[in-house]
Amino acid sequence: MWKTVVRRFLIMIPQLFVLSMLIFILAKFMPGDPFTGLITPQTDPARLEELRQQAGFYDPWYVQYWHWVTNMFRGDFGDSYTFKVSVASLIGDRGLNTLWLSLVSVILTYLIAIPLGVIAGRYQNTLRDKTIVLYSFVSYAIPTFVLALIFLYIFGYQLQWFPTSGTVSVGEDPGTWGYFWSKVYHLILPAITYAFLATTSIIQYLRSEIIDAQTQDFVKTARSKGIPMNKVYTRHIFRNSLLPIAAFLGFSITGILGGSVFIETIFGFPGMGQLFIQSIMGRDYSVITALVMLYGFLALLGSLLSDIILSIVDPRIRIE
Amino acid sequence: MEQQFNNDQLTEHELESTPATGFRVIWREFKKDKIAMGSLIIVAFIILGSIIWAPFIDKEALMKISLLDEFAKPGENGFILGADQGGSDILGQLIIGARNSIVIAIAITVITGILGVAVGIICGYYGGIIDNFFMRLIDFIITLPSTMIIIVFVTIIPKYDVWSFILIMSAFMWVSTARLVRSKALSESRRDYVSASKTMGTSDFAIMFKGIMPNLSSLLIVELTLNFAGNVGIETGLTFLGFGLPDTTPSLGTLVSFANNQTVIAEKWWVWLPASLLILVLMLGINYIGQALRRSADAKQRLG
Repeated sequence: MWKTVVRRFLIMIPQLFVLSMLIFILAKFMPGDPFTGLITPQTDPARLEELRQQAGFYDPWYVQYWHWVTNMFRGDFGDSYTFKVSVASLIGDRGLNTLWLSLVSVILTYLIAIPLGVIAGRYQNTLRDKTIVLYSFVSYAIPTFVLALIFLYIFGYQLQWFPTSGTVSVGEDPGTWGYFWSKVYHLILPAITYAFLATTSIIQYLRSEIIDAQTQDFVKTARSKGIPMNKVYTRHIFRNSLLPIAAFLGFSITGILGGSVFIETIFGFPGMGQLFIQSIMGRDYSVITALVMLYGFLALLGSLLSDIILSIVDPRIRIE
Repeated sequence: MEQQFNNDQLTEHELESTPATGFRVIWREFKKDKIAMGSLIIVAFIILGSIIWAPFIDKEALMKISLLDEFAKPGENGFILGADQGGSDILGQLIIGARNSIVIAIAITVITGILGVAVGIICGYYGGIIDNFFMRLIDFIITLPSTMIIIVFVTIIPKYDVWSFILIMSAFMWVSTARLVRSKALSESRRDYVSASKTMGTSDFAIMFKGIMPNLSSLLIVELTLNFAGNVGIETGLTFLGFGLPDTTPSLGTLVSFANNQTVIAEKWWVWLPASLLILVLMLGINYIGQALRRSADAKQRLG
């Protein structure tokens, strides 16, 4: 067990190295340098040169790369020149919003997907199953931004059930229940949109797992012992099928991060995805590199997490 | 139950005549599944219609700004689907946008298809170091936050045009095809016919692309269809954000992106909703066709 985990960790190191290299090269191709934003008509070109010298702008690339990586380990991503604050604190603020959104999204996803998957598998080929399969087909085929826009239009603008942008209403004081409720209220629509899209794989997986399990020996044994079918489903089949679903958690993180660019932009939700688009628009390269690096790192971490959960849950995977 | 019944019917039918092959199987599947047939007709109509109609639309006249027609409602001033902020006809933009989105998605699908199939078959056939190297590379690219990296590429490439967009997209999209083809090619390379070819001295190239590849064709048709749908989605999504096709090449995403304006999304639904619905219909249709194709590739799942 530990061998698998350690080996999986070791694979991640070269991946991180290649990722950081890739982003470093991309960053080198971005026009301008960290001081472009400081240039004003009063800036003395000689002074700017001096700053560049000091920051190691003319060092060989491997020295620069080393500086960049070591700074990153200390949590220093440089400064954002559109927001005039350090990138780390900027991402910290926005990251918290995205974290909340992801958390609510994941909880909603599992709350919707597990019952639907179980029902579809248990009552295979009935009307209920067919409806659920249709739902998962639609949610698989529809692009994120189209669904988000349609939800925003229907529930935000037409029915006006939910706020259309932001994380909290103006005038609520932090720390009060009203503030908390307002935050949750702002999260619901983006989270539902995300959950609608993310349920597909879990429903389909759970459904086919349950259909497969129905014909397996342990179910026959349980039935022949006289256990009622209801109990066989809840105690035997459900537990067996649910465990691998836990492993989807890691992939969910990756999925949310990928979708966050669209969902946060459309719902005007100030998280990391929206920050990314804003920094691209404002050519704020220190923020862009930090964000891409962070997203890449989280995606690698997500797949690592999935593999580890899977190897804990399913011993067969450990033997390679 | 229904499927069971159909399978029984199928065996009965097959006793009487020789089993259908190739495209006849696919055709039979579509004849049996009315929704798949409907999807096929709708998708074919959208694709052919937009490609045939688009060249007849006067782009100059379409892009001319006329303030009198600003946000004309559908049916007003002779605009069937209304007009946008600049008074341009939505219907015309919709058709040109659909044509561009579809053609570009096809280009990306073809490029990623060729690359993915080539890498997949070579990896599956040779195995060893080549396979190991490519599989690590593919695992890595799949975990990358591709949307963001594509956006970064789009912003830093000088002289950005449609072709750069196609190439950037292709660089990230070939991996899943390669992975799928590789796993099938791996099991296929262990079949007797491959060993027989080898002993007869057939060249590796001929075995891979004349022996193994035709045997993967049904899988490839399904994969390419689904990829096509995916590419339409990703392209329109990126264009919606403003990092897809350049402004000179309007896509369906361009029309949808008008919804970024709060008044437009709240009150001028005719500007962005038709394009969104067209994307939705295309995606649902192509995916449904893909599923029908997948069923017809697998004798156990066939309906017809």
